[in-house]
Amino acid sequence: MSDTPNDAPGTPSGPSRRAFLRTAGLAAGGAVVGAGAAKAASPDPLITEVQPFASFLGEGVDATPYGMPIHYEDHVVRRNVEWLTADPISSINFTPIHALDGTITPQGCAFERHHSGAIEVSKDEYRLMINGLVERPLVFTFGDLMRLPRETRVHFCECAANSGMEWGGAQLNGAQFTHGMIHNMEYTGVTLRTLLNEAGVKPEGSWIYVEGHDASSNGRSIPMEKALDDCMIAFFANGEALRMEHGYPVRLVVPGWEGNLWVKWLRRIGVMDGPVQSREETSKYTDLMPDGRARKWTWAMHAKSVVTSPSPQMPIGHGPGPMVITGLAWSGLGKIARVDVSIDGGVNWQTARLATDPGDKAVTRFYLDHVWDGKPMFVQSRAIDETGYVQPTKEQLRAIRGLNSIYHNNAIQTWHVNENGDAENVEVS
Amino acid sequence: MSKCRNLLAGTSLLTLIAAPVLAEPLGIGRAALPEEIAAWDVAVMPDGRGLPEGRGDVFDGEDAWIDYCAVCHGDFAEGAGAWPPVVGGRGSLTDERPLKTVESYWPYLSTVWDYINRSMPFGAAQTLETDEVYAITAYILYSAGLVDDDFELTHENFTEVRLPNEGGFYIDDRAEVEFPEFQQEPCMSDCRDAVEVSARASDIDVTPEFPVIRFLYSDGSAPVVTEETEEAAATPDPEPAAENVQVASLDPALVAAGEAAWRQCRTCHQLGDGARNGTGPQLNNIMGAEAGQIDGFRYSPALMGAAEEGLVWTEESLDAFLENPAGLIPRNRMSFRGVRSAEERAALIAYLASHSD
Repeated sequence: MSDTPNDAPGTPSGPSRRAFLRTAGLAAGGAVVGAGAAKAASPDPLITEVQPFASFLGEGVDATPYGMPIHYEDHVVRRNVEWLTADPISSINFTPIHALDGTITPQGCAFERHHSGAIEVSKDEYRLMINGLVERPLVFTFGDLMRLPRETRVHFCECAANSGMEWGGAQLNGAQFTHGMIHNMEYTGVTLRTLLNEAGVKPEGSWIYVEGHDASSNGRSIPMEKALDDCMIAFFANGEALRMEHGYPVRLVVPGWEGNLWVKWLRRIGVMDGPVQSREETSKYTDLMPDGRARKWTWAMHAKSVVTSPSPQMPIGHGPGPMVITGLAWSGLGKIARVDVSIDGGVNWQTARLATDPGDKAVTRFYLDHVWDGKPMFVQSRAIDETGYVQPTKEQLRAIRGLNSIYHNNAIQTWHVNENGDAENVEVS
Repeated sequence: MSKCRNLLAGTSLLTLIAAPVLAEPLGIGRAALPEEIAAWDVAVMPDGRGLPEGRGDVFDGEDAWIDYCAVCHGDFAEGAGAWPPVVGGRGSLTDERPLKTVESYWPYLSTVWDYINRSMPFGAAQTLETDEVYAITAYILYSAGLVDDDFELTHENFTEVRLPNEGGFYIDDRAEVEFPEFQQEPCMSDCRDAVEVSARASDIDVTPEFPVIRFLYSDGSAPVVTEETEEAAATPDPEPAAENVQVASLDPALVAAGEAAWRQCRTCHQLGDGARNGTGPQLNNIMGAEAGQIDGFRYSPALMGAAEEGLVWTEESLDAFLENPAGLIPRNRMSFRGVRSAEERAALIAYLASHSD
């Protein structure tokens, strides 16, 4: 990690943070800096002097027909951990959740997971087939699909391996890396119920098998009950076409279930009388247990949360006083009912404020408006969903699942925040 | 609409919103033709349904394996570099570091056949003949010690082969095993003794470089640091430069066509600034270079043999190699079928030349 004090041009160089903290330490007694207590030694030239942007002209309306974030936000990007996989074409990267707020993940920085690379399929080239145990095997063009009744819903998509590197101990130092295999988007598309009704499922059709246009095809089997319950195919995310890396022009949305099922570049839905037992649902995405046997069909992502700030990439940069502890919570079993936050490693908990009405199988933002006393903290969050499921500790999970199950690690995360406000991924006992 | 209401009477409003009622089909789309279904519906089930007729033995499988698979999975399916081993690890599933392979972990042979058939080799999926898929599968079974070297796998004996770990899986029981413990009302205060740090990410130190986000505060606490790391900030955009330097004699249109054709190569080969060896060697300055000389790349014995005989990468030799890699250098490890079109080969060679001094 780099932490380079680097005064931007036009920034008044104040006392260094550590010098400030020494002063604050002398003041001691936990005296909190109240509103307006900070005083400027001299007038701020950003206020007293006319700035270029207040005098000269900015860019015209057509400078960027499709805009990117302003360059000051260039660091808010997906990042890869190279040693995780053999090749970036069959790999994963991580959403910069530490730097985002609200609940919706912008597509441009939402994590990617490809098994044979992200492919370019145009809407005109796109075909979707439904066959197998159906009355009418069908082929749809993209245009055809746009004639079917659409719905719009917000859901999280979490890779089953999110936090999978943390089973053996605190490993990756940053919320982006420990918890960034998740995004939360508003999807618009057609329900599988509507689609399958076009083809007419035969009575013996009890499963669907979904696969993509890419070389991996990433085939997965899904029980018909789930398919008819809340699955959909999506054309739009956050109001615009899906990005290539998320399956343009059509991906599957399987609310609350592991991201591997959300087949991208969806090409075929086969109606089956049983699971195919594809590579992705046998050799991968099964959870090896301590007795050497493995759980299969562990589709649902259970309640989980993480504090995104403060966190290693987003330390507390200021001195003692008011601050916002915030993070994300979600459950594949329904809505988040409550999120608790601890600053002492789980000895005591306070219930946080939820930013919005929690959605079904959607990410909820939580805030704890906290007054920091400048002392080290062990910051944790704990999600509780509408079924009463409480996010477990690492010890609880390990006691049942051991260390080698890779997937579905929804344990409570601990950030140690030191007196300088810097945060680190730790485990506590 | 009234029909819908009747059908849903008694269900909750939520259900009403979430689940549109099954109705008459709208008649969108068109009938899928049998040829189309045959082309796309290639899934193979554990009971053998979906298998096409065909056969392949261990010996043919070994040949195909060396040609298409060994570059990533090792000559004996033991894995190469960070790529996965395919056999071994039997009995290791309770070890501290279990080795999950076809031999030790995969429950069904149909999965092996299906995956090779639709997704392998990596970068050239769906190019294997049906009999090659049978043969490669047979070779894997042989490498796993599950069949003898005279074994032939066919659509007829396919389901007689069972993998060792078929019984090693059970259906998700988290609801029964975990929910009773995890659905307790949680403690809010004095829940445990004061904590101590038992593990730190910095002890392991495997996290990539990242910028730390800091803001400016009126309490004078911190300077603004939202810049990239020093190295990253110091590195200029890696865009222009190199590519356009020495290409005076190259046809820009040909180079552009070569860049487009390069898509089929980039799975394994890197080119340009920061190019590194991957599945294949990086190819900067390949024009005029002696074969087998890229630093740090482990070449096949076949390619090293050709190098010893004086193979130099010229337009001519590259053209021959790209047309038929196994023809120019039999049993080399580049699992690639070759480029049929002479124009496309010329374009690729021009593109390579544009990255050579």
